[in-house]
Amino acid sequence: MRQYRSLIIGTFLSLIVLIAATFSFVWIPYDIMQLSIPDKLQTPNWDHFLGTDHFGRDILSMIMVGARTSLAVALLAVGIGMGIGVPLGLAAATRRGAFLDEVIMRTNDLIFAFPSLVIAILITALFGAGAMNAIIAIGIFNIPVFARVSRGAALSLWQKEFILAARVSGKSKLRISVEHILPNLTNLLIVQGTIQFSLGILAEAGLSYVGLGAQPPTPSWGRMLADAQTMVSFAPHLALIPGSAIILTVLGLNLMGDGLRDALDPKLRKSRQ
Amino acid sequence: MIKSKKYIAATAIALTAVASTSFAASSDITVAMQLEPPHLDPTSAAAGAIDSVLYSNVFEGLTRFASDGAIIAGLAKSWDISAEGTEYTFHLRAGVQFHDGTGMDAEDVKFSLDRARSEDSTNAQKALFSGITDVAVVDSTTVKVTLDKPNGSFLFNMAWGDAVIVAPESIEGIKNNPVGTGAFKFQNWVQGDRIELARNDNYWGSAPALESATFKFISDPTAAFAAVMAQDVDVFTGFPAPENLPQFEADARFQVLEGSTEGETILSTNNKMPPLDNVKVRKAIAHAIDRQAIIDGAMFGYGTPIGTHFAPHHPDYVDLTGNSQHDPELAKKLLAQAGFPNGFETTLKLPPPSYARRGGEIIASQLRAVGIRAKISNLEWAQWLEQVFRGKDYGLSIVSHTEPMDIGIYARPEYYFQYDNPEFQALMTDLSATTDTAMRSEMLKKAQNIISEDYVNGYLFELAFTTVADAKVQGLWKNSPTQATDLTGVSWLD
Repeated sequence: MRQYRSLIIGTFLSLIVLIAATFSFVWIPYDIMQLSIPDKLQTPNWDHFLGTDHFGRDILSMIMVGARTSLAVALLAVGIGMGIGVPLGLAAATRRGAFLDEVIMRTNDLIFAFPSLVIAILITALFGAGAMNAIIAIGIFNIPVFARVSRGAALSLWQKEFILAARVSGKSKLRISVEHILPNLTNLLIVQGTIQFSLGILAEAGLSYVGLGAQPPTPSWGRMLADAQTMVSFAPHLALIPGSAIILTVLGLNLMGDGLRDALDPKLRKSRQ
Repeated sequence: MIKSKKYIAATAIALTAVASTSFAASSDITVAMQLEPPHLDPTSAAAGAIDSVLYSNVFEGLTRFASDGAIIAGLAKSWDISAEGTEYTFHLRAGVQFHDGTGMDAEDVKFSLDRARSEDSTNAQKALFSGITDVAVVDSTTVKVTLDKPNGSFLFNMAWGDAVIVAPESIEGIKNNPVGTGAFKFQNWVQGDRIELARNDNYWGSAPALESATFKFISDPTAAFAAVMAQDVDVFTGFPAPENLPQFEADARFQVLEGSTEGETILSTNNKMPPLDNVKVRKAIAHAIDRQAIIDGAMFGYGTPIGTHFAPHHPDYVDLTGNSQHDPELAKKLLAQAGFPNGFETTLKLPPPSYARRGGEIIASQLRAVGIRAKISNLEWAQWLEQVFRGKDYGLSIVSHTEPMDIGIYARPEYYFQYDNPEFQALMTDLSATTDTAMRSEMLKKAQNIISEDYVNGYLFELAFTTVADAKVQGLWKNSPTQATDLTGVSWLD
């Protein structure tokens, strides 16, 4: 049991966020679209468990709906990265050292070389701020990550006897990639996906903090932090609560990612012990 | 004995030296503000930040604004107006010098006015000079200005920062090295950080108490709060975060001045964009808005509700907030009458200041309550000027119009509200030709009523001018009748 501790803690934290986000579709304590200025800046109390913000909105409700925004942006961004990056990596692996491989991998290197948040800011500044553009910006930077990981793993798989057997039996490289290589990458992609997912949440919070993520009135943890900035000195809970939400979510996902890697890859676990 | 006398004398000198250093330390002031001027020529740019640094300190005009907004004598010590009201003879002060040592005389006045009203002038407020047909030098201290028709606000116009007197000798370098006649000389500009001024010892008026002044530019509200708290700056004019003011008020080290401005904060409405071209729709928006909630929520209580485009502290102001009481039910009814029982969708484009960003969220929520879905987009100033102000590509926006007495913008159909009402335009033409105070007052009141009843824009509140200063600084302007930080009367309390 001890060896799964980080997996358990991580999954527990991530599940809380996931449940809060899902639950927010059905019920939240207060309507966050309805501002109530007279109730503003309350500290946590029995009516508002986490207090209210500068517009009198219930912070617990904001955090729940904000979790939805964070998860949705990160999930879609990882989806883009996997959906494009994995096929690219697999394709590159089929032609090791050939022109196609070079083009794909050098383009990836190029994207990797850019500071991701700065480029994300550039993209949202050019095409307008908004959740959709944030998803695209974060997604683009996930592509090379998945392309690299899947190419590296695929290359070593191509040396395996069962792949050779498949080739001898006359299967095309495409069929082998889809039928034999991809299923063997699943564990790896789950682990990498979890880590990228947590980075995506951080990136979304960062973009929203500078005003380039989800636009008001859609709540977002990053913007809650930005709004709280000038009020920290007299209402610290405005910043502490969304800040803690971001930290706990990212911590949970990272722990879960680590735990999953240990659980799914016995070789690595042994080497760590 | 002789020795000890010498000793005493030496001590006395040393003491004086100590005393004078401590005196010098308190004759210097650091004033912070949010926006940095793009350059330092008040006569060729609309940027109010230029006047915030230079007006009255470095540059002066024929007339000037006093701290209460009254028009008083400036470089002209007096003037005569001809019986028909078209000839103004200004008597200039004798012996006034520019900072470069050249004298200020009638030729400089003629140069400044002719430059401002010429064809190729880049003056941002050319309308101030449009009625001038001739500027004649009578003698070295007398200038005669002829107008095409009587203009009741001519002396007011001449007090603007855009009408200050400049010299032909120094006009070349004015954008980086402004040379004026004011009580302070320009010293140094470290772009992105500060502008330094030093006392002008040849000033014609009473010498200012301060020996030098530094203007610092801090745009970020959080940094502004930190700079004042750490006492890195002595004064912050136009403090950007009203939510922090109660903390300064509670702190004995600081004083908070809450004054009036000429800033009518309005929900700018594109009067040509359907369905906002329908007066019923605009009226519905006006009734959907709860001003007090905006003042409390966005400005933390700082601000005065307005019902028209006019400053509430002006004697001719009419309180028309009753035309647009918060009444969501009436708003829904009006929308239904206008053919939008289920509301409609529009854009709400917001510039960076917190009154706009926060006010926008509040207004969007209030509009949503009556069925109007306003899609918020947050813009930087450059984008706002491009899309909203010049491009007129917007439905709604929030901005504070800080120019004094600017109700005349409603007579300009090409202005970004795109409000085109011939009756109002005729009224404004009549107004500028009227010099009789009582008649002008009537006309101004009528004008306020017209735009209020046409619901041209949503009238929200008059921006408060909040200054945070060290408790020992005295003589600061409390109100802001024009954009200025007049330091000539500022001193330190010992």
